[in-house]
Amino acid sequence: MSGQPMVRLVGLRKSYAGTPVLRGVDLEVARGEVVCLVGASGSGKSTLLRCVNHLETPDAGFVEVDGELIGYRPDGRGRLRALPEGRIRRQRADIGMVFQSFNLFPNLTALENVVEAPISVRGLSRAEARARASELLAQVGLAGREHSYPRRLSGGQQQRVAIARALAMRPKVMLFDEPTSALDPELVGEVLQTIQTLAGQGMTMLVVTHELAFARDVADRVAFVDEGRILELGPPEDVLTTPGHPRTRAFLGRLAQTTTREP
Amino acid sequence: MTGPETAETPVLVGRRHPLRWAAGALALLAVGACAVSLARNPAMEWPVVAEYFLAIQVLEGLWLTVWLTLVVTTLGFLAGIAVAAMRLSANPVLQAISWAYVWFFRSVPVLVQLLFWFNIGYLYPTLSLGIPGGPTLLSGSSNELISATTAAVLGLTLHEAAHAGEIIRGGILAVDPGQLEAGTALGLRRSRIFRKVVLPQAMRSIVPATGNLLIGTLKGTSIVSVIAVNDLLYSVQYIYNRTYAIVPLLAVATAWYLIVTSVLSVAQYHVERYFARGSRRALPPSPWQRARRALGWGR
Repeated sequence: MSGQPMVRLVGLRKSYAGTPVLRGVDLEVARGEVVCLVGASGSGKSTLLRCVNHLETPDAGFVEVDGELIGYRPDGRGRLRALPEGRIRRQRADIGMVFQSFNLFPNLTALENVVEAPISVRGLSRAEARARASELLAQVGLAGREHSYPRRLSGGQQQRVAIARALAMRPKVMLFDEPTSALDPELVGEVLQTIQTLAGQGMTMLVVTHELAFARDVADRVAFVDEGRILELGPPEDVLTTPGHPRTRAFLGRLAQTTTREP
Repeated sequence: MTGPETAETPVLVGRRHPLRWAAGALALLAVGACAVSLARNPAMEWPVVAEYFLAIQVLEGLWLTVWLTLVVTTLGFLAGIAVAAMRLSANPVLQAISWAYVWFFRSVPVLVQLLFWFNIGYLYPTLSLGIPGGPTLLSGSSNELISATTAAVLGLTLHEAAHAGEIIRGGILAVDPGQLEAGTALGLRRSRIFRKVVLPQAMRSIVPATGNLLIGTLKGTSIVSVIAVNDLLYSVQYIYNRTYAIVPLLAVATAWYLIVTSVLSVAQYHVERYFARGSRRALPPSPWQRARRALGWGR
């Protein structure tokens, strides 16, 4: 294990139509580390996550994954030049992403969803991809549902297929954008369980979540994001139990009032 | 408590609808009366209808109508794909050209356009193909190069492309942008995402609209009879101008339009069912199942 971080964000800034969403974010995530991003909606945590695989292009700052600059190359004159689409595609293939609304392909079965990218991006043979996809679906507890279309699966099952789909690319890092926010309360547990198992296997993960109990159990560090900045960063017990910043305390207080799932 | 006293679960009886039945019977009676009156009208000259129904001239006209429909639909959709792609592209110049094209060809009536193409010789007496500033490769008189049929294909296709482009664009825009995002995050090529993910989902709204456009085109081709293209309508007109059996020959044309439209509708229905895979938990019932259910036979 080298000391080089798996993910490094440096000075990320981003505005939408003049409204700043990220106001200078720096963050380093070590190999195998799980960092949970918490904060109010609109605080910029999803945008931050989407900058990591270049779904959003930052206005300033840059992202490195496994030491590789994402979306740009230095042009030798102190500037960063945008990479051609093909290079960015290859970089994205190494970064798994799971969305709030699952975004499974509804016209393809669970298995077809999982094998699509390994075959067409990684060039795996159909047989190889299918074997590995079945294995992954079994791992997320969906053995026997390979040939179901997404709409015939529950939200929790769909999200687990989406996780299997991302894992099929053998990503270096996994990004989760509020993976349980669109789920019925009784289905949240099965998805969080799946993510926790992944954490146990040493996957590097960045998780945007409102599930503080989960963050406390699984995260190595928690980042509190507020108005486009990381206001507080540290072990979960520090940030979530004895927050130093008054805004963190206010946010946690608001959550405690409205969330029944809080311990 | 006013419920029944027995320990057994009571049988539930649905509400009766006597008025619904009465209205249905009345409507049926009215339709029936019209049908009988039409069938018994001697001016319909049913023997003449039967005589010309399979006449070679009528069948040739029918063939031209079907051929024109297929050619115009195919070319129109190919051009429509380009129109939609330009409109959805990030290039503002292409967007504007596509917008202007759709604006123009949706605004000008097909008949006007058809007459324009038919009389193109007044605007450009000769047409030539060559390298600008260089030699001319092909040249000829417009009236020879653009026959009535060519004018019909051109006019109808340009019109069709504008409508097809809008249908395709609408279908693509109806697909959740999260689908493109998920494909992008997996590292898929844009062309692959489009073919494998976006287009199949867009087809769910493109197919029904296309079916309607196709049927509209079939009927719309009858307009070419004004420039003496030998389609189904023109061929029956040609016959009744000789025999004066106007009504029975229009009935022949009507029957053929009904038959072809019905065949297209059945095909459309099955294509729609195919593209509904994965979009609903269960496929919708077929018309036959629906009819049985409405009449209360079985389930």
